[in-house]
Amino acid sequence: MLLDLVAALGRVLLGACQSAGSLALFALAGLSHVLRPPYYPRLVLAAVAEMGFFSLPVVALTAIFTGMVLALQASTALSRFSAESASASLVVLSVTRELGPVLAGLMVAGRVGAATAAELGTMRVTDQIDALSTLSTVPMKYLVAPRLLAGIIALPLLVVVADILGVLGGFIIATLKLGFNGPTYIVATLNHLETADVTLGLVKAAVFGFLIALMGCYHGYNSKGGAQGVGAATTMAVVTASVLILAFDYVLSELFFVR
Amino acid sequence: MSATVQRAMSGPVPKIRVRGLRKAFGGKLVLDGIDLDVMPGTSTVVIGGSGSGKSVLIKCILGLIEPDAGSVEIDGKSLLDSPARDRAAARARIGMLFQNGALFDSLPVWENVAFGLLAQNRVSRPEAKAKAAEVLSQVGLAASVGDLSPAELSGGMQKRVALARAIAAQPDMLFFDEPTTGLDPIMGAVIDGLIVDCVKRLGSTAIAITHDMASAQRIGDRAAMLLKGKLIWQGDASALLDSGNDAVDQFTHGRRDGPIQMELRR
Ligand SMILES: Nc1ncnc2c1ncn2[C@@H]1O[C@H](COP(=O)(O)OP(=O)(O)OP(=O)(O)O)[C@@H](O)[C@H]1O
Ligand SMILES: [Mg+2]
Repeated sequence: MLLDLVAALGRVLLGACQSAGSLALFALAGLSHVLRPPYYPRLVLAAVAEMGFFSLPVVALTAIFTGMVLALQASTALSRFSAESASASLVVLSVTRELGPVLAGLMVAGRVGAATAAELGTMRVTDQIDALSTLSTVPMKYLVAPRLLAGIIALPLLVVVADILGVLGGFIIATLKLGFNGPTYIVATLNHLETADVTLGLVKAAVFGFLIALMGCYHGYNSKGGAQGVGAATTMAVVTASVLILAFDYVLSELFFVR
Repeated sequence: MSATVQRAMSGPVPKIRVRGLRKAFGGKLVLDGIDLDVMPGTSTVVIGGSGSGKSVLIKCILGLIEPDAGSVEIDGKSLLDSPARDRAAARARIGMLFQNGALFDSLPVWENVAFGLLAQNRVSRPEAKAKAAEVLSQVGLAASVGDLSPAELSGGMQKRVALARAIAAQPDMLFFDEPTTGLDPIMGAVIDGLIVDCVKRLGSTAIAITHDMASAQRIGDRAAMLLKGKLIWQGDASALLDSGNDAVDQFTHGRRDGPIQMELRR
């Protein structure tokens, strides 16, 4: 009875190690193809457009509303300590360090991670990936490498926009609703904004973009079993990307911000 | 005995040599020790019941599915054991028509057809488009079809586009998985003629899977029948209809009764 339990636990652990291993190998293979020719600049560009440009509306809306609610809550909380004046710095730090990269990442994971997994998964189950390799093309290089590279490029660009709009959302509420003085708020924001916060937020974004593309590609590329398998791959891509984003967010914050 | 001596003794080197190929999915044994030689410039048709493993066999030969045991040699070299660059070079000389077409639905038809040529940087894009139109006309499709997306085509048209894609780079090895299934009889005969043309005129080596006996005899020099994971019969394609093997006879004549028992409801 107890042995059964231990055996089951062992199987789960072994399975987890195996998946982690094959994922790591997949990531390494994908990255090595990013570096070696032939390159597919047109595919990278298309993937950047898909991940960056077409995600702009949803990320912009998320960022603005987040900035707005943040300013609202910050001033309520800070007023208890008569420290409302700190809300500008709270908004800008939260947005650039955490909320910009994390929320943009989660939104893009839902949009692009799912679409990538569905596209590659369909290509897998309809033999299109096999067809690529019979047509002098390495599927990892043609399908996976451009998307990984695009993830690393596109998400930081999106996060720049998200940072600006998030702060703008905070500014709107602070000045229009909470009675802050506009110029004072801007000066306070700029005073508390450090280059390190922004750059490290962008590093996070690059990591998240890579993770989103990796999860979409990995689950799509290895999907099997027809439409149902593609559906499962899509779900897995979004769920694993979201969890990894939050986990890596903690790890990176621990590494960079806590001194 | 060295490999070269052995080859000198056994005559010309087969273009494709398969030995002891085994493949199981889960507990289910699909291929159980396949031996097959295909000589250069000849074509072999593989027949066999639905689900007997014909597609798996072809994918194993191409190295798309890794066999559990056995070897596949192309021009005397194993595709799976050779380094990636050699494998890519070998694959560049292979054309494959997949059973379901496997057209890239994100690309227009003409880019599908010219995909191999473009990937090998052999032609510019305008040249590739002209070449695609030429190959499309060989499979009986108008050049205007080239600008459509694969999803806009009928099943038979998709099959012909897939065939055009397989032969566009004039590969010296061709694999056809049911090239004429889903085509009308006249178009079927046209496609058969085209395949024969590739083998006879260009000197390509071909393996074709088919369920159509007339087509098998038109395309094939040799024929082999796959049953229960083994090639139970190999011979000249012209002998398909009177092979003297009961199972082949039953299959080629489409009889309900015989040594092969279909696994229907029980
Ligand atoms: N990827 C796979 N995973 C599991 N089983 C598979 C896989 N591919 C094929 N099979 C099994 O292998 C057997 C042979 O399949 P295959 O597609 O080769 O049949 P076939 O001879 O081409 O049939 P048909 O004439 O219908 O195309 C089938 O029973 C199938 O269930
Ligand atoms: Mg088949």
